[in-house]
Amino acid sequence: MAREVPEINGGSLADIAFLLLIFFLVATTMDIDTGITRLLPPEPEKDQQTEVRVNKRNVLVVLINRSDRLMVGGEEMDPSYLKAKTLEFFTNPANNPNLPEMEETEIQFPPGSSPLLPPDGVWRGLVSKGVISLQNDRSTTYGRYLQIQNELVAAVNELRNDFCELYFDKSFDELNTSDPYEEEIYDGIRNIYKMNISESEPKNIEGLN
Amino acid sequence: MSKFRRKKGKGLQRINTASLPDIVFMLLFFFMVSTTMRETEVQVRVTVPEATEVKKLEKKSLVSYIYIGRPVSHVARMYGTEPLIQLNDKLINEEGIPYESVQDFVLFEREKLPEVDKNRMTMSLRIDQNIPMGKVDDVKQALRRAKALIINYSARKEYQEQGRRR
Repeated sequence: MAREVPEINGGSLADIAFLLLIFFLVATTMDIDTGITRLLPPEPEKDQQTEVRVNKRNVLVVLINRSDRLMVGGEEMDPSYLKAKTLEFFTNPANNPNLPEMEETEIQFPPGSSPLLPPDGVWRGLVSKGVISLQNDRSTTYGRYLQIQNELVAAVNELRNDFCELYFDKSFDELNTSDPYEEEIYDGIRNIYKMNISESEPKNIEGLN
Repeated sequence: MSKFRRKKGKGLQRINTASLPDIVFMLLFFFMVSTTMRETEVQVRVTVPEATEVKKLEKKSLVSYIYIGRPVSHVARMYGTEPLIQLNDKLINEEGIPYESVQDFVLFEREKLPEVDKNRMTMSLRIDQNIPMGKVDDVKQALRRAKALIINYSARKEYQEQGRRR
Protein backbone atom coordinates (compact mmCIF):
# COMPACT_ATOMS: atom_id res chain seq x y z
CA MET A 1 0.00 0.00 0.00
CA ALA A 2 1.75 3.06 -1.29
CA ARG A 3 1.62 6.11 0.89
CA GLU A 4 0.97 9.23 -1.04
CA VAL A 5 3.84 11.69 -0.95
CA PRO A 6 2.54 15.23 -0.61
CA GLU A 7 3.67 17.33 -3.56
CA ILE A 8 5.72 20.41 -2.82
CA ASN A 9 4.39 23.56 -4.35
CA GLY A 10 6.91 24.72 -6.89
CA GLY A 11 5.22 27.96 -7.70
CA SER A 12 7.67 30.10 -5.80
CA LEU A 13 10.73 28.44 -7.27
CA ALA A 14 10.87 30.98 -10.05
CA ASP A 15 10.81 33.82 -7.54
CA ILE A 16 13.67 32.34 -5.56
CA ALA A 17 15.72 31.84 -8.69
CA PHE A 18 15.02 35.39 -9.80
CA LEU A 19 16.20 36.70 -6.47
CA LEU A 20 19.47 34.79 -6.76
CA LEU A 21 19.86 35.93 -10.34
CA ILE A 22 19.47 39.55 -9.38
CA PHE A 23 21.94 39.14 -6.55
CA PHE A 24 24.56 37.86 -8.96
CA LEU A 25 23.79 40.57 -11.47
CA VAL A 26 24.48 43.22 -8.87
CA ALA A 27 27.41 41.69 -7.01
CA THR A 28 29.57 40.56 -9.90
CA THR A 29 31.34 42.17 -12.81
CA MET A 30 32.01 40.92 -16.27
CA ASP A 31 34.40 43.53 -17.60
CA ILE A 32 37.70 42.21 -18.87
CA ASP A 33 40.54 44.62 -18.51
CA THR A 34 42.20 45.67 -21.73
CA GLY A 35 45.32 47.70 -22.23
CA ILE A 36 48.85 47.98 -23.50
CA THR A 37 51.24 45.69 -21.70
CA ARG A 38 54.79 46.91 -21.25
CA LEU A 39 57.82 45.81 -19.31
CA LEU A 40 59.51 48.22 -16.94
CA PRO A 41 63.30 48.20 -16.88
CA PRO A 42 64.71 46.85 -13.60
CA GLU A 43 65.98 49.42 -11.17
CA PRO A 44 69.67 50.09 -11.73
CA GLU A 45 72.04 48.88 -9.04
CA LYS A 46 73.68 51.54 -6.92
CA ASP A 47 77.21 51.00 -8.20
CA GLN A 48 76.20 50.19 -11.73
CA GLN A 49 77.14 52.67 -14.40
CA THR A 50 73.86 53.33 -16.19
CA GLU A 51 75.28 55.13 -19.16
CA VAL A 52 75.37 52.94 -22.21
CA ARG A 53 77.16 54.15 -25.26
CA VAL A 54 74.79 54.05 -28.18
CA ASN A 55 75.57 55.35 -31.61
CA LYS A 56 73.65 58.56 -32.22
CA ARG A 57 72.04 57.37 -35.41
CA ASN A 58 70.51 54.44 -33.54
CA VAL A 59 68.46 56.56 -31.18
CA LEU A 60 65.22 58.39 -31.87
CA VAL A 61 64.36 60.77 -29.08
CA VAL A 62 60.65 61.32 -28.55
CA LEU A 63 59.90 64.16 -26.17
CA ILE A 64 56.53 65.23 -24.82
CA ASN A 65 56.64 68.58 -23.09
CA ARG A 66 54.50 70.07 -20.36
CA SER A 67 51.95 71.46 -22.79
CA ASP A 68 51.58 68.04 -24.46
CA ARG A 69 53.48 69.01 -27.58
CA LEU A 70 55.59 66.39 -29.28
CA MET A 71 59.16 66.64 -30.47
CA VAL A 72 60.68 63.78 -32.46
CA GLY A 73 64.36 63.67 -33.32
CA GLY A 74 64.78 67.39 -32.69
CA GLU A 75 61.78 68.73 -34.57
CA GLU A 76 58.21 69.34 -33.57
CA MET A 77 55.74 66.87 -34.99
CA ASP A 78 52.03 66.17 -35.02
CA PRO A 79 51.26 62.81 -33.34
CA SER A 80 49.54 61.55 -36.48
CA TYR A 81 52.91 61.38 -38.28
CA LEU A 82 54.67 59.52 -35.49
CA LYS A 83 53.72 56.04 -36.66
CA ALA A 84 55.11 56.58 -40.16
CA LYS A 85 58.26 58.09 -38.69
CA THR A 86 58.70 55.10 -36.39
CA LEU A 87 58.20 52.65 -39.23
CA GLU A 88 60.85 54.43 -41.27
CA PHE A 89 63.17 54.51 -38.27
CA PHE A 90 62.91 50.78 -37.62
CA THR A 91 63.15 49.62 -41.23
CA ASN A 92 65.53 52.17 -42.76
CA PRO A 93 64.37 51.25 -46.28
CA ALA A 94 66.74 53.57 -48.18
CA ASN A 95 69.79 52.65 -46.10
CA ASN A 96 70.05 56.23 -44.93
CA PRO A 97 73.24 56.84 -42.90
CA ASN A 98 71.24 58.96 -40.42
CA LEU A 99 68.82 56.13 -39.65
CA PRO A 100 69.75 53.10 -37.50
CA GLU A 101 72.27 50.49 -38.52
CA MET A 102 70.88 47.19 -39.71
CA GLU A 103 72.55 44.06 -38.46
CA GLU A 104 72.79 40.76 -40.33
CA THR A 105 70.99 38.22 -38.13
CA GLU A 106 69.90 34.60 -38.24
CA ILE A 107 66.66 33.61 -36.55
CA GLN A 108 65.47 30.05 -36.18
CA PHE A 109 61.89 29.25 -37.12
CA PRO A 110 60.34 25.78 -37.04
CA PRO A 111 61.68 23.88 -40.08
CA GLY A 112 59.21 23.73 -42.95
CA SER A 113 56.88 26.27 -41.40
CA SER A 114 56.90 28.61 -44.35
CA PRO A 115 57.55 28.19 -48.08
CA LEU A 116 59.51 31.46 -48.05
CA LEU A 117 62.08 30.10 -45.62
CA PRO A 118 64.85 27.62 -46.47
CA PRO A 119 64.06 24.02 -45.41
CA ASP A 120 66.03 24.31 -42.16
CA GLY A 121 63.79 27.17 -41.08
CA VAL A 122 66.53 29.73 -40.52
CA TRP A 123 65.63 33.28 -41.48
CA ARG A 124 68.57 35.44 -42.55
CA GLY A 125 68.06 39.14 -42.81
CA LEU A 126 68.63 42.57 -41.40
CA VAL A 127 67.51 43.53 -37.90
CA SER A 128 67.46 47.14 -36.81
CA LYS A 129 69.62 48.28 -33.92
CA GLY A 130 67.38 51.30 -33.36
CA VAL A 131 66.12 52.33 -29.95
CA ILE A 132 63.37 54.83 -29.26
CA SER A 133 63.89 56.94 -26.19
CA LEU A 134 60.61 58.22 -24.82
CA GLN A 135 60.79 61.12 -22.41
CA ASN A 136 58.04 63.08 -20.75
CA ASP A 137 57.62 65.98 -18.37
CA ARG A 138 55.96 65.63 -14.98
CA SER A 139 53.12 67.82 -16.23
CA THR A 140 52.46 65.89 -19.42
CA THR A 141 48.96 64.45 -19.25
CA TYR A 142 48.67 60.70 -19.08
CA GLY A 143 46.24 60.63 -21.99
CA ARG A 144 48.79 62.17 -24.34
CA TYR A 145 51.55 59.94 -23.02
CA LEU A 146 49.51 56.82 -23.72
CA GLN A 147 48.57 58.09 -27.15
CA ILE A 148 52.26 58.38 -28.01
CA GLN A 149 53.02 54.95 -26.53
CA ASN A 150 50.17 53.60 -28.61
CA GLU A 151 51.57 55.04 -31.84
CA LEU A 152 54.99 53.52 -31.15
CA VAL A 153 53.52 50.12 -30.28
CA ALA A 154 51.26 50.32 -33.34
CA ALA A 155 54.27 50.78 -35.62
CA VAL A 156 56.07 47.73 -34.25
CA ASN A 157 52.88 45.67 -34.30
CA GLU A 158 52.37 46.56 -37.93
CA LEU A 159 55.87 45.41 -38.85
CA ARG A 160 55.36 42.14 -37.01
CA ASN A 161 51.96 41.62 -38.50
CA ASP A 162 53.15 42.23 -42.05
CA PHE A 163 56.01 39.78 -41.60
CA CYS A 164 53.71 37.18 -40.10
CA GLU A 165 51.17 37.50 -42.88
CA LEU A 166 53.81 37.37 -45.59
CA TYR A 167 55.59 34.30 -44.23
CA PHE A 168 52.94 32.40 -42.29
CA ASP A 169 49.71 33.63 -43.86
CA LYS A 170 48.29 34.54 -40.48
CA SER A 171 48.01 37.69 -38.44
CA PHE A 172 50.43 38.10 -35.56
CA ASP A 173 47.63 38.43 -33.02
CA GLU A 174 46.24 35.05 -34.00
CA LEU A 175 49.39 33.17 -33.02
CA ASN A 176 48.62 30.95 -30.08
CA THR A 177 51.52 31.21 -27.64
CA SER A 178 50.47 28.20 -25.58
CA ASP A 179 51.32 26.00 -28.58
CA PRO A 180 55.12 25.44 -28.67
CA TYR A 181 55.22 25.44 -32.47
CA GLU A 182 53.47 28.77 -32.82
CA GLU A 183 55.32 30.15 -29.84
CA GLU A 184 58.60 29.62 -31.69
CA ILE A 185 57.23 31.64 -34.59
CA TYR A 186 55.99 34.29 -32.18
CA ASP A 187 59.34 34.60 -30.42
CA GLY A 188 61.20 34.62 -33.72
CA ILE A 189 59.17 37.51 -35.07
CA ARG A 190 59.55 39.33 -31.80
CA ASN A 191 63.31 39.05 -32.18
CA ILE A 192 63.24 40.42 -35.71
CA TYR A 193 61.16 43.45 -34.77
CA LYS A 194 62.02 44.26 -31.18
CA MET A 195 59.93 46.62 -29.11
CA ASN A 196 62.91 48.83 -28.34
CA ILE A 197 61.22 51.64 -26.49
CA SER A 198 63.25 52.89 -23.60
CA GLU A 199 61.77 55.15 -20.99
CA SER A 200 64.27 57.41 -19.40
CA GLU A 201 64.52 58.07 -15.70
CA PRO A 202 61.94 60.73 -14.91
CA LYS A 203 63.10 64.30 -15.08
CA ASN A 204 61.71 67.69 -15.85
CA ILE A 205 62.12 68.78 -19.39
CA GLU A 206 62.36 72.48 -20.00
CA GLY A 207 59.31 73.77 -21.78
CA LEU A 208 59.73 73.78 -25.50
CA ASN A 209 57.16 76.43 -26.14
CA MET B 1 -28.07 33.21 -35.87
CA SER B 2 -24.49 33.80 -36.47
CA LYS B 3 -22.16 31.09 -37.44
CA PHE B 4 -19.34 32.72 -35.57
CA ARG B 5 -20.29 32.30 -32.05
CA ARG B 6 -18.13 33.82 -29.44
CA LYS B 7 -16.27 31.30 -27.44
CA LYS B 8 -17.56 30.89 -24.00
CA GLY B 9 -14.68 31.39 -21.62
CA LYS B 10 -13.37 34.86 -22.30
CA GLY B 11 -10.01 36.04 -21.01
CA LEU B 12 -6.55 34.98 -22.07
CA GLN B 13 -5.18 31.52 -22.31
CA ARG B 14 -2.95 30.91 -19.32
CA ILE B 15 0.68 30.49 -20.27
CA ASN B 16 2.26 27.46 -18.77
CA THR B 17 4.93 28.72 -16.40
CA ALA B 18 6.22 25.36 -15.28
CA SER B 19 9.47 25.85 -17.19
CA LEU B 20 10.06 29.37 -15.92
CA PRO B 21 12.26 28.27 -12.99
CA ASP B 22 14.37 26.22 -15.39
CA ILE B 23 14.92 29.20 -17.64
CA VAL B 24 15.79 31.46 -14.75
CA PHE B 25 18.16 28.90 -13.27
CA MET B 26 19.88 28.62 -16.59
CA LEU B 27 20.40 32.38 -16.67
CA LEU B 28 21.59 32.26 -13.08
CA PHE B 29 24.20 29.61 -13.83
CA PHE B 30 25.36 31.55 -16.85
CA PHE B 31 26.00 34.61 -14.74
CA MET B 32 27.60 32.61 -11.94
CA VAL B 33 30.07 31.06 -14.35
CA SER B 34 30.90 34.01 -16.56
CA THR B 35 31.31 36.79 -14.02
CA THR B 36 33.58 37.44 -11.11
CA MET B 37 32.84 38.99 -7.77
CA ARG B 38 33.22 42.73 -7.47
CA GLU B 39 36.12 43.08 -5.09
CA THR B 40 37.07 46.69 -4.96
CA GLU B 41 35.20 49.88 -4.66
CA VAL B 42 36.99 52.47 -6.74
CA GLN B 43 37.27 55.66 -4.76
CA VAL B 44 38.92 57.74 -7.44
CA ARG B 45 37.37 58.85 -10.69
CA VAL B 46 39.06 57.12 -13.59
CA THR B 47 38.37 57.52 -17.28
CA VAL B 48 41.02 55.51 -19.03
CA PRO B 49 42.28 56.81 -22.38
CA GLU B 50 41.54 55.19 -25.71
CA ALA B 51 44.10 53.30 -27.74
CA THR B 52 44.09 51.12 -30.83
CA GLU B 53 46.66 48.51 -29.84
CA VAL B 54 44.97 47.18 -26.71
CA LYS B 55 45.02 43.51 -25.79
CA LYS B 56 42.97 41.58 -23.30
CA LEU B 57 44.57 40.63 -20.02
CA GLU B 58 44.41 36.89 -20.02
CA LYS B 59 44.58 35.57 -16.49
CA LYS B 60 42.63 37.69 -14.07
CA SER B 61 44.15 36.06 -11.00
CA LEU B 62 47.58 37.43 -11.95
CA VAL B 63 46.39 41.01 -12.16
CA SER B 64 46.41 43.59 -9.40
CA TYR B 65 45.05 47.03 -9.92
CA ILE B 66 46.49 50.44 -9.28
CA TYR B 67 44.11 53.35 -9.76
CA ILE B 68 45.20 56.95 -10.09
CA GLY B 69 42.65 59.71 -10.36
CA ARG B 70 40.93 62.56 -8.62
CA PRO B 71 38.85 61.33 -5.66
CA VAL B 72 35.08 60.96 -5.92
CA SER B 73 33.08 63.55 -4.04
CA HIS B 74 32.64 61.81 -0.65
CA VAL B 75 36.34 60.93 -0.52
CA ALA B 76 37.33 64.41 -1.64
CA ARG B 77 35.85 65.81 1.53
CA MET B 78 38.52 63.96 3.50
CA TYR B 79 41.50 64.04 1.17
CA GLY B 80 41.01 67.12 -1.01
CA THR B 81 40.85 67.10 -4.77
CA GLU B 82 44.48 66.36 -5.63
CA PRO B 83 45.07 63.12 -7.58
CA LEU B 84 45.23 60.06 -5.33
CA ILE B 85 46.63 56.57 -5.73
CA GLN B 86 44.53 53.57 -4.85
CA LEU B 87 46.10 50.11 -4.59
CA ASN B 88 43.39 47.47 -5.16
CA ASP B 89 41.02 48.81 -2.50
CA LYS B 90 43.28 50.90 -0.32
CA LEU B 91 43.83 54.60 -0.77
CA ILE B 92 47.35 55.66 0.03
CA ASN B 93 48.47 58.93 1.38
CA GLU B 94 52.24 59.00 1.25
CA GLU B 95 54.38 62.03 0.66
CA GLY B 96 56.72 61.95 -2.34
CA ILE B 97 57.33 58.71 -4.20
CA PRO B 98 55.21 56.00 -2.52
CA TYR B 99 58.00 53.44 -2.22
CA GLU B 100 56.81 51.85 1.01
CA SER B 101 53.12 51.47 0.27
CA VAL B 102 53.81 50.01 -3.15
CA GLN B 103 56.46 47.66 -1.78
CA ASP B 104 54.05 46.33 0.85
CA PHE B 105 51.30 46.02 -1.70
CA VAL B 106 53.45 44.12 -4.20
CA LEU B 107 54.74 41.73 -1.53
CA PHE B 108 51.20 41.09 -0.27
CA GLU B 109 49.81 40.45 -3.75
CA ARG B 110 52.73 38.27 -4.77
CA GLU B 111 52.28 36.16 -1.66
CA LYS B 112 48.76 35.28 -2.80
CA LEU B 113 49.92 33.77 -6.10
CA PRO B 114 51.06 30.16 -6.54
CA GLU B 115 54.81 29.63 -6.82
CA VAL B 116 54.88 29.17 -10.60
CA ASP B 117 53.05 32.41 -11.28
CA LYS B 118 54.99 34.63 -8.90
CA ASN B 119 57.07 36.25 -11.61
CA ARG B 120 54.15 36.66 -14.00
CA MET B 121 52.28 39.05 -11.76
CA THR B 122 50.85 41.94 -13.76
CA MET B 123 50.08 45.39 -12.43
CA SER B 124 47.26 47.01 -14.31
CA LEU B 125 47.49 50.78 -14.12
CA ARG B 126 44.05 52.28 -14.44
CA ILE B 127 44.85 55.95 -14.72
CA ASP B 128 42.64 58.87 -15.59
CA GLN B 129 43.61 60.46 -18.88
CA ASN B 130 43.92 63.97 -17.41
CA ILE B 131 46.32 63.09 -14.60
CA PRO B 132 49.80 64.63 -14.95
CA MET B 133 52.56 62.10 -15.55
CA GLY B 134 54.43 63.08 -12.38
CA LYS B 135 52.19 60.87 -10.25
CA VAL B 136 52.46 58.05 -12.79
CA ASP B 137 56.26 58.30 -12.90
CA ASP B 138 56.34 58.07 -9.11
CA VAL B 139 54.33 54.86 -9.17
CA LYS B 140 56.47 53.43 -11.95
CA GLN B 141 59.63 54.16 -9.99
CA ALA B 142 58.13 52.51 -6.91
CA LEU B 143 57.11 49.47 -8.95
CA ARG B 144 60.62 49.15 -10.33
CA ARG B 145 62.04 49.16 -6.84
CA ALA B 146 59.46 46.58 -5.75
CA LYS B 147 60.47 44.46 -8.78
CA ALA B 148 56.97 44.33 -10.22
CA LEU B 149 58.00 44.93 -13.79
CA ILE B 150 55.11 43.71 -15.90
CA ILE B 151 52.65 46.54 -16.18
CA ASN B 152 49.58 47.18 -18.24
CA TYR B 153 48.44 50.63 -19.19
CA SER B 154 44.72 50.13 -19.08
CA ALA B 155 42.91 51.59 -22.09
CA ARG B 156 39.68 51.29 -23.95
CA LYS B 157 39.63 49.91 -27.46
CA GLU B 158 39.41 52.65 -30.03
CA TYR B 159 38.18 51.73 -33.46
CA GLN B 160 39.84 53.61 -36.27
CA GLU B 161 37.53 55.14 -38.82
CA GLN B 162 39.53 54.28 -41.90
CA GLY B 163 40.26 50.75 -40.64
CA ARG B 164 43.47 48.77 -40.82
CA ARG B 165 45.38 48.52 -44.03
CA ARG B 166 44.33 44.94 -44.57
